[in-house]
Amino acid sequence: MENRLKHGERSFHTIVNISMMLLALIVLAPFLLLFMSSVSSEQSLIAHGYRFWPGEFSLDAYLYISRNTQTIIRSYGLTVLTTVIGTGLGLTLTATLAYPLSRRDFSHRNVILFLVFFTMLFNGGLVPSYIMWTQFFGIRNTLAALIFPNLLLSAFNVILVKNYYQHSIPEEICEAAEIDGTGAWKTFSLIILPLSKPIFATIGMFYMLAYWNSWVNGLYYISDSKLFSLQVLLNNILQNIQFLVSNSNKAGASANVASIPGVSIRMAIAVLGVLPVMVLFPFFQRYFVKGITMGAVKG
Amino acid sequence: MKKTTAKSKRGKYLYYYLFMLPGLLYLLINNYIPMIGIFIAFKKLNYTTGIFASDWVGFDNFQYLFRTRDAFIITRNTVLYNLVFIFLYTILGIIIAIFLSEMRRKRLARLYQSVLLLPNLVSMVIVSYLAFAFLSSENGLLNNAILPMLGMAEISWYGTPGPWPVILTIVSCWCYTGVEVIIYMSVIVGIDRSLYESAEIDGAGKWRQITSITLPMLKPTIIILQLMFIGRIFHSDFGLFYLIPMNSGMLYNVTSTLDTYVYTSLVRLQNIPMASAAGLYQSFVGFVLVICANLAVRKLEPDSALF
Repeated sequence: MENRLKHGERSFHTIVNISMMLLALIVLAPFLLLFMSSVSSEQSLIAHGYRFWPGEFSLDAYLYISRNTQTIIRSYGLTVLTTVIGTGLGLTLTATLAYPLSRRDFSHRNVILFLVFFTMLFNGGLVPSYIMWTQFFGIRNTLAALIFPNLLLSAFNVILVKNYYQHSIPEEICEAAEIDGTGAWKTFSLIILPLSKPIFATIGMFYMLAYWNSWVNGLYYISDSKLFSLQVLLNNILQNIQFLVSNSNKAGASANVASIPGVSIRMAIAVLGVLPVMVLFPFFQRYFVKGITMGAVKG
Repeated sequence: MKKTTAKSKRGKYLYYYLFMLPGLLYLLINNYIPMIGIFIAFKKLNYTTGIFASDWVGFDNFQYLFRTRDAFIITRNTVLYNLVFIFLYTILGIIIAIFLSEMRRKRLARLYQSVLLLPNLVSMVIVSYLAFAFLSSENGLLNNAILPMLGMAEISWYGTPGPWPVILTIVSCWCYTGVEVIIYMSVIVGIDRSLYESAEIDGAGKWRQITSITLPMLKPTIIILQLMFIGRIFHSDFGLFYLIPMNSGMLYNVTSTLDTYVYTSLVRLQNIPMASAAGLYQSFVGFVLVICANLAVRKLEPDSALF
């Protein structure tokens, strides 16, 4: 009996270990394929296609990029800029909007909280907001288009921060400070903010990731290639290639094909787009996991 | 005395509103004005007179929309894909979470967990590159290496609708299962270990422990996540359905969903009546579903309800 159990447990662990290893390989394989394609020589890619092990190694794609840095640096710069501004503004708006909503001595808070919350239940959809941003705010082909629409403030984050203020910072501390004559702004900046660093790290990371990976606003509002952020640039490169490939038989589009980054360069730019996130992930994984479980526990 | 407290209350409220002003202003512009803008769906848009002066046409735009075959296709695709995704996310999420929690080498388990999360960190644009590396007709791994190895003919993937339901399902699971795993893991970690120890003493094997302890403990979470998914069944991941098939027209029958339809009608075809009617159809049904799902959650598990 004892032996049979032990035996069963051992085979269970073998199954677990083998299937997890396979699963990890499946998840990693596409990334490996991307990376290997970026370090293959153009000729071997054209002859054999994308491979897990290149026919011929070559750093030509990266050398080409390092010689023609203008577009890439510009896109990188735009991505970093919008990420920094977006995350900074997003965190500021979230932290300040959540504060009064966490105070019990603010009797309007339930009404306002409902207004914030309702944006999660119902939305006007793409058409009205597209018309508003383009017609009334003239946002097309401006830097603002990469920052403002949709990404800046999520009601969900406001509620997470509000709950954190409420459950992790005793209201007595604030009340005591206010009796001592500390103003509302000082209470907020000297007491609330320093005590809330963990939650800001968590939602700040979500804002950062959202801005770094944002491509939808670029697709909707940006057609000027000077304002292509990294993801928008990558998206355009891939779409254009597809367009040219599907039209190349009809018209003599070969002249245009030559001006498009080659097969390996395309992959190298994609690697450069993923790399910062991959390198930084071990450092912010803890917050990422915390954010997901926090959201799941209390919707 | 009373006067001063009233005065200080007013001062405090003024401060509170100042705090909230930027955030509320943003929600007003980004969320509430477009909500009011849904009236466009009931108008026949006339560019020369502008949005506000255009004629009201009642439900005409919706009649046009539902007379097309598109309305059926996009609704079917959105709902069916979501149902398959919900089912697979849940099954995979639970199995992987149980496997990870049973691993003896905790460090390795944590490493696997990070690996599973990686796809969640990259944008759909990058994912479309990864898919392209497999599917490209000229250079793709499938056509160049795998299909010849199996002795099969090359397939023009971006022009053949047949395989796409499977491709999109694989991509979607690849991207999002990691998040489910974390949610289920967080519940499993919280289960009292002594339950397993006493089960072991009573002679229960692993399988028995999983079916009699772990799964029943997961049940509330499973039900709540299902209901929340169902509340979002009218929403589709725009990036998944637009970028991964490269917006290829030959695939529309199996890849277009409510979100891609609204975008294509609005930006590509400039057909505002259709786009706004489809958009409002999605928002309205979505709203009703969220409310219903929440009512169900509140009945089962009041603490987990959204409101």
